[in-house]
Amino acid sequence: MSTHTYKKFENSEAGELPDKMTIYQDCMSEFNESPINAKRCRLLISRLLRLLAQGETFPENEATALFFSISKLFQHQNDSLRQAVYLAIKELSGISQDVLMATSSIMKDIQNGSDLVKPNAIRSLTAVLDESTAFSAERLLKSALVNKHPSISSAALCTSYNLLPIAEVTVKRFANETQEAVADLKSFPHRNLVGDYYPNSTFISQYHALGLLYQLKKNDKMALLKLIRQFSSNNALKNQLAKIELVKLVSELVTRDNQLFSDFQPLLMEWLSNKYESVQLETAKLVTNFAAHHSRLVSSELIASAITTLQSLLTVPRVSAKFAALRILNRISMVSPERIVVCNPELESLINDPNRNISTYAITTLLKTGTAKNIASLISTITKFIHDVSDDFKIIIIDAVRSLSLNFPNEWKTVLQFLIDVLKNGEGGFKFKNNVVEALIDLVTFIPQAKEMALENLCDFIEDCEFNEILVRILHLLGKEGPSTSNPSLYVRHIYNRVVLENSIIRSAAVIALSKFALTKNDPSLSDSIVSLLRRIANDPDDEVRDRATIALKFIESAKRDQDTESRKFILSTYSFDFASLESKLSSYISSNTDSFKTPFDVTSVRRLSDGDIKALDLKRKQGKFLKGTLEGSAESTPGIAEEEMLPERLDNSYVGPSVDEHELDMLSTKYAEELMAIDQVKDFGALVNSSKIVPLTEPEAEFVVRGVKHLFKDNVVFQFNITNTLTDTALEGVSVTCTPELEASSLQELFTISIDQLLPSAEAACYVAFKKTEEIVMESFLANLMFTTKEINPETNEPFAGDEGFQDEYDIDSISLNAGDYIKSSYVGDFATAFDGLPNEEVAVFNIKENISLQELVDRLVVNTSCLPLEDTQYAPSDSNSHTVKLFGKSALKGSKVALIIRLIKTSKGIAMKAQGRAEDAVLCSDLVNGLM
Amino acid sequence: MGLFASKLFSNLFGNKEMRILMVGLDGAGKTTVLYKLKLGEVITTIPTIGFNVETVQYKNISFTVWDVGGQDRIRSLWRHYYRNTEGVIFVVDSNDRSRITEAREVMQRMLNEDELRNAVWLVFANKQDLPEAMSAAEITEKLGLHSIRNRPWFIQATCATSGEGLYEGLEWLSNNLKNQS
Repeated sequence: MSTHTYKKFENSEAGELPDKMTIYQDCMSEFNESPINAKRCRLLISRLLRLLAQGETFPENEATALFFSISKLFQHQNDSLRQAVYLAIKELSGISQDVLMATSSIMKDIQNGSDLVKPNAIRSLTAVLDESTAFSAERLLKSALVNKHPSISSAALCTSYNLLPIAEVTVKRFANETQEAVADLKSFPHRNLVGDYYPNSTFISQYHALGLLYQLKKNDKMALLKLIRQFSSNNALKNQLAKIELVKLVSELVTRDNQLFSDFQPLLMEWLSNKYESVQLETAKLVTNFAAHHSRLVSSELIASAITTLQSLLTVPRVSAKFAALRILNRISMVSPERIVVCNPELESLINDPNRNISTYAITTLLKTGTAKNIASLISTITKFIHDVSDDFKIIIIDAVRSLSLNFPNEWKTVLQFLIDVLKNGEGGFKFKNNVVEALIDLVTFIPQAKEMALENLCDFIEDCEFNEILVRILHLLGKEGPSTSNPSLYVRHIYNRVVLENSIIRSAAVIALSKFALTKNDPSLSDSIVSLLRRIANDPDDEVRDRATIALKFIESAKRDQDTESRKFILSTYSFDFASLESKLSSYISSNTDSFKTPFDVTSVRRLSDGDIKALDLKRKQGKFLKGTLEGSAESTPGIAEEEMLPERLDNSYVGPSVDEHELDMLSTKYAEELMAIDQVKDFGALVNSSKIVPLTEPEAEFVVRGVKHLFKDNVVFQFNITNTLTDTALEGVSVTCTPELEASSLQELFTISIDQLLPSAEAACYVAFKKTEEIVMESFLANLMFTTKEINPETNEPFAGDEGFQDEYDIDSISLNAGDYIKSSYVGDFATAFDGLPNEEVAVFNIKENISLQELVDRLVVNTSCLPLEDTQYAPSDSNSHTVKLFGKSALKGSKVALIIRLIKTSKGIAMKAQGRAEDAVLCSDLVNGLM
Repeated sequence: MGLFASKLFSNLFGNKEMRILMVGLDGAGKTTVLYKLKLGEVITTIPTIGFNVETVQYKNISFTVWDVGGQDRIRSLWRHYYRNTEGVIFVVDSNDRSRITEAREVMQRMLNEDELRNAVWLVFANKQDLPEAMSAAEITEKLGLHSIRNRPWFIQATCATSGEGLYEGLEWLSNNLKNQS
């Protein structure tokens, strides 16, 4: 026995991963042998595959050597060896070079191989073909697509699907064969041989074919409609997944064109009672998702039966179906909880479900559907329950309770009691405790009545808290909120206790918190005590603590001496920086260092946020959170679209209403602002005051998609037009937009236009038009016109043909208008009623809207038009009522003066009557805003 | 054990195996030669991306013939199949005068390959049926075959479509294989 075989023997006994180098050497020697020992080679490949599956990898040259040695096994006609070879080729194709070497051999197998290896051969084609070689496989793939054997057909369909991004032109020619493959019900060839077992076909090839067919026709709406008609009738689809795919297709179509929904209603109704639970679920998801955005278009029977379907799925024994139904219900509960109140009995019985995922979801859903009346009883149920579940579920429950507290501010006592109870008594890790504390912080910030009680309890909690981070947060909160309470000295005692008892991190946080009490108005005598406490701390063993105490003392001294506003600001900081932009500015400062940091970092360029701004952003983000969730839901349900393509589509959706993924938009507006400020002429305008949201100026499927953004400066206005050229064979040159004021006497003077030099196919670029304002607030509409020269593209160079002079052309786009909302930034106020009553100037206007839209759509539009923040949860119009009141709050972007609006809506058979009552510090802005609402 | 027995048997009956590498410029007719030998018929071929491998039985020798594509980007990958090669068949398109120098360069480079130093060298002057075809002698000269010193070589005029000359080539290979062993 040679050492070589001895080693192998030992490895097979060990049961652990074989040695990489041994396998490599064995493969190299065994596969190059002649003749080949099929059995031994197959064994070696399986070991190699096991290595690769465990995440082992080979350097490129070794992988290439392995690939070529494996390619030599093609000389042996053994089906099971061949299958192993295909698996290995697929695995190695990612790390080896020149994998195209296997092409001819694979194609030969597809032509002449046995039914056993054909599917494997077809599937491995994806790994070796590239754009230039794909066409040579065209004929083979086409005949495989329509093969009677389901495995072969499926393999060909999957390969074509995967080849799409590699060789689109070739695969595009498969449409007819694919269509045939959907319609064809293929079963395994049946031979009457004893002992020959063939499984029943699941008709999975229908699913694969439908997926490919969608990819081939996804841009052709009519073709998709026809496809749905064809395959939804007569039970044409036998495969479950294929049916789901069809539901997703419908979902995709109605998202693109909302008006189509009514045509699909009967079909959806039918699908809701389909024999497959998954089809029911998918359909219910589609219906409820769609209804969340366009409730007017969905008949109430359809929604009702979707909910009934979900309700009945809650009682099925299968956990997955139950969970899925619950998840959809949970999502509905965030937008329109009143719809699913009917499910409450089922939900309540699920609270005690042995599966914790289900019980947690059931509870959070119940919390959403809860009314002011039953909250107390619900919370007592949870109190019993919460101690039995793991931290992850606790966190979900706490989150639900947290949003509950914001929805029902009047129930704060129950909620507070519950939170304090879990905080003090509950076992749990850092994340959980942190979540509870965050919920309490929310209570303190958004519900003024709850403030003192929550703070007092937090003080108790920090007496016995093991987590530094949480302690620091609470100390910060105490410092921020404590001085304005009725009895600040109480908190001073608690904070000082920390200084005596805790480590230096907490001590230094406590110092800052203490210093804020020195200037409190509620208890002037406190100041001296704070000073003496700080003096004592100034002898602390830790230098950070000492430093902080010393500087705090200095500030307090100078603040007291001459009411010096500068030191006051340092102690009671009234603003903080926008952390995202601070981070990006800092990192660009560090990376663009040219003079070894001699120029100091310019902190004034970072956006500052006042407390109100931060709260507004916070609240917006919370409101946006679940809407983002529903949006993602609709994104999920579009069949097999690549992520990049999804993104712009999602943005398109979000322009419609306030259903905005705030963070993404924030990023976008920061990007736009940076691009804008990089233009020399614009720099002279001074700082950017406000940028509007993005307004679509064309239909999203137009040849040239134009989106506008309005940028506001102190004395200037800049319109930004983002133009996307969707034509594939034409470049645009000298693209500009002309803006003609609708009124003759314009108070805006056009200064300059910055055009786009060249816009290649499917590229996006921005052109700008700048104006000078003669008045502070100008509201005007402009007729906009896209001007450009078209040039045909040479497909070889992707550049316009040389010497082509092109055609001058123009294209009408929607008019762009400056309205009052562009001068307003959303802002937050804790007590809306008081704030509203406190504003001096009032303006009232009444509108009658004849358009047939739902209350919710109108509310969305109002929020966008006014750019104000909807408060007290008024951004959701109840779907079961005909009246609604929206409360909006904002600030002037130019001056920071406050604006508040109460808008009452009543829906009648004739339309919607709207009464807007606005109050503001600035009379002009107020009347402009109220009168320009619609 | 079984393998050993079968080897023993085949050796007893004089059955031998030979590993042949068939190369040449693209469009020289390698794949047509291979399948004419394997199936006895002319098949329609497309440019070979990669290789074809077939076993061809001639007399008591089973030839494993590796027909590797001749396209530019595949030529650099031929080297992966040099190892253990006992004979090289270099196929030349006799009608293509413009690329005969290219063929010469490619072949000379192969002759210098260390891994092929023991391989016998057979050249197929293919496409002899075409009217403008160069004769075997002319090709011998243009490829510089006479400069080959260290190994047996042979040039055979062939026509893959009719099969002319193919078996003569195999015959030469089988004789030289016997000579070597």
